[in-house]
Amino acid sequence: MNNYFGYQGVILRVNLSDGKISKEPLNLEDGVKFIGGRGLGTKILFDEVDPKIDPLSIDNKVIFATGPLSGTATPTGGRYMVITKSPLTGTVASSNSGGFWGAELKLAGYDAVIIEGKSEKPVYLNIADDVVTLEDASGIWGNLVDETTTKLENIHGEKARIATIGPAGEKLSKISGVMNERGRAAGRSGVGAVLGSKNFKAIVVRGTNKVNIKEPDKLKGAFSNSMTKIRENGVTGQGLPAYGTAVLVNIINEHGALPTNNFQESHFDLAEAISGETLAEKYLKKKDPCYRCPIGCGRYCEADYAKGAGPEYETIWGYGSNCGVSDLGAIIKANYWCNEYGLDTISAATTIAAAMELYQKGYIKKEDLDGGPELVWGNADAIIEWTKRMGEGNGLGALMAEGSYRLCENFGVSELSMSVKKQEMPAYDPRGIQGIGLNYATSNRGGCHVRGYMISPEILGLPQPLDRFATEGKAEWTKIFQDFTAAIDSVGLCLFTSFALGADDYADLYNAVCGTTLSGNDFIEHGERVWNLERLFNLKAGIDPSQDTLPKRLLEDPISSGPSKGWLSKLSETLPLYYKERGWTENGLPTDEKLESLGIKEYK
Amino acid sequence: MKVTIKLFATLRIGRGKILKKEYPEGTIIRDIIRDLNIYEKDVAILLKNGISTKMDKEPADGDTLSIFPPIGGG
Repeated sequence: MNNYFGYQGVILRVNLSDGKISKEPLNLEDGVKFIGGRGLGTKILFDEVDPKIDPLSIDNKVIFATGPLSGTATPTGGRYMVITKSPLTGTVASSNSGGFWGAELKLAGYDAVIIEGKSEKPVYLNIADDVVTLEDASGIWGNLVDETTTKLENIHGEKARIATIGPAGEKLSKISGVMNERGRAAGRSGVGAVLGSKNFKAIVVRGTNKVNIKEPDKLKGAFSNSMTKIRENGVTGQGLPAYGTAVLVNIINEHGALPTNNFQESHFDLAEAISGETLAEKYLKKKDPCYRCPIGCGRYCEADYAKGAGPEYETIWGYGSNCGVSDLGAIIKANYWCNEYGLDTISAATTIAAAMELYQKGYIKKEDLDGGPELVWGNADAIIEWTKRMGEGNGLGALMAEGSYRLCENFGVSELSMSVKKQEMPAYDPRGIQGIGLNYATSNRGGCHVRGYMISPEILGLPQPLDRFATEGKAEWTKIFQDFTAAIDSVGLCLFTSFALGADDYADLYNAVCGTTLSGNDFIEHGERVWNLERLFNLKAGIDPSQDTLPKRLLEDPISSGPSKGWLSKLSETLPLYYKERGWTENGLPTDEKLESLGIKEYK
Repeated sequence: MKVTIKLFATLRIGRGKILKKEYPEGTIIRDIIRDLNIYEKDVAILLKNGISTKMDKEPADGDTLSIFPPIGGG
């Protein structure tokens, strides 16, 4: 029993170079200021890692961080974040995952684990409450994720929770992630490669402790209130439980904003075949919810040999319409191989789409394919086989495993990479949805939808409808969504709760657990602090504001058909307003005044 | 006037995916929703030819309506 509330008060440090494992007290002031999870992890990274380092060098560190609500009786308290410097983007990376692993780490007694240095031989970390050891990983190095997980479960028991990299991370693929419970991914920005560069395979964790709650009665009330809102909300109470995220395929396609053939089109005639409705009808076997989740959007699907978690909307889009593929069974198989090799499905799928455009335009030639399936639009065999070749790092697959930007740059046409800051954009064409484009351009980890999910107001009408084509108001809303999300990622809950919960609800949960007195506005301001800290890290890393942009295609080529025909991204209108809204200079630099008010001036 | 109505997710149950219907001039979308036995509260996203619209609007001959219940999130 420790003296903390919400926090466990312990940060675990593992130095792989000398094998030393130490436990350090959490400075509670850091918790108060940066909450936990994404915020605390970014603070540790900034304190300990020079932003200018090579991300795959021994100097980089990887921080697995939970939030103060992780492992508590709050809805969706199982999230964790992986924070490091990204080898894909050169920015700060903070990849979020669900499942059960994050809660297990917290219940083992840790707010965060810092992995530093480099091991001479492959190792993994075993955490059983306060007993922590580094173990030989030679027997699992090179194994796929399922095999790795099974072997570790056989050694440490079925109750152990396992987060591991796959062969893609071992081979330093810049689009590799960390997988937990086989099918959950801290997928984006190449965090798996940083662990691979350290000869570090996995963390096995078993936790049997509790988290101290400051005001249990107050928490019961806040919990009950938030559960009622989640159950009564159409998205979290009905839509996501029934169809998962895949239901978005038809929604976004009907709006004419479903990127198709590497964003050359924005409407897919065969969308119904890859829709959430079709998934539920033909392939869904069961729901697969995370720790303490009342929403349960997770899916478990089967297509022949491919059995497991997913596919999510982003994956279906990436391998589906964006590659011109309408074979949902093949998409499930491609998703399966991403999970097995530990590849980020968004980046892997979108890189294949970029390769298809390179093939279409004659940059990649048939002789470059080493006998592999032709990279032509709609080729279902290609999405499966080229995913495996990326995972194995074979031939052209090795180049593709570097992500779409480096692939296209290799052929002298980097503009064909549909990425921001070298990270592939997700499944919404920003020409037909102006706010999400501003979010993509300004996201602190490059192309990403979950840094500021403007789809919520612009398409779903939550918390209020915004005209998706308009530019007015988008700067303000983008900032709020970005700051709000940074706070949710820091507290340790799932972003999907925000369809139903407002800032006051999160503050109530946080206050009851930690004994604090934050208002909803305070909660969002904490997120703003995290956002600005990430921005400062990126600026010091050399990612200048000129990179707050979108691929040329989205700024210059109007959508050619469908409901969004004729539209372009109007980023040149929204970006200056966004900088102003953030209280930054017109050149996109945080001002001393802003940093002073957020209490992070010393990081400038 | 002829109107194509595309239904999604749970709204398909007992109604089908794509309906081709004919309505007299002056029919507004609210009338069509009622004709399909759909509660207004179950309509979260309403599009006319892919563009957001409202219940009191009148479709034109050949228009396509897309109707979604409260769903989404990805």
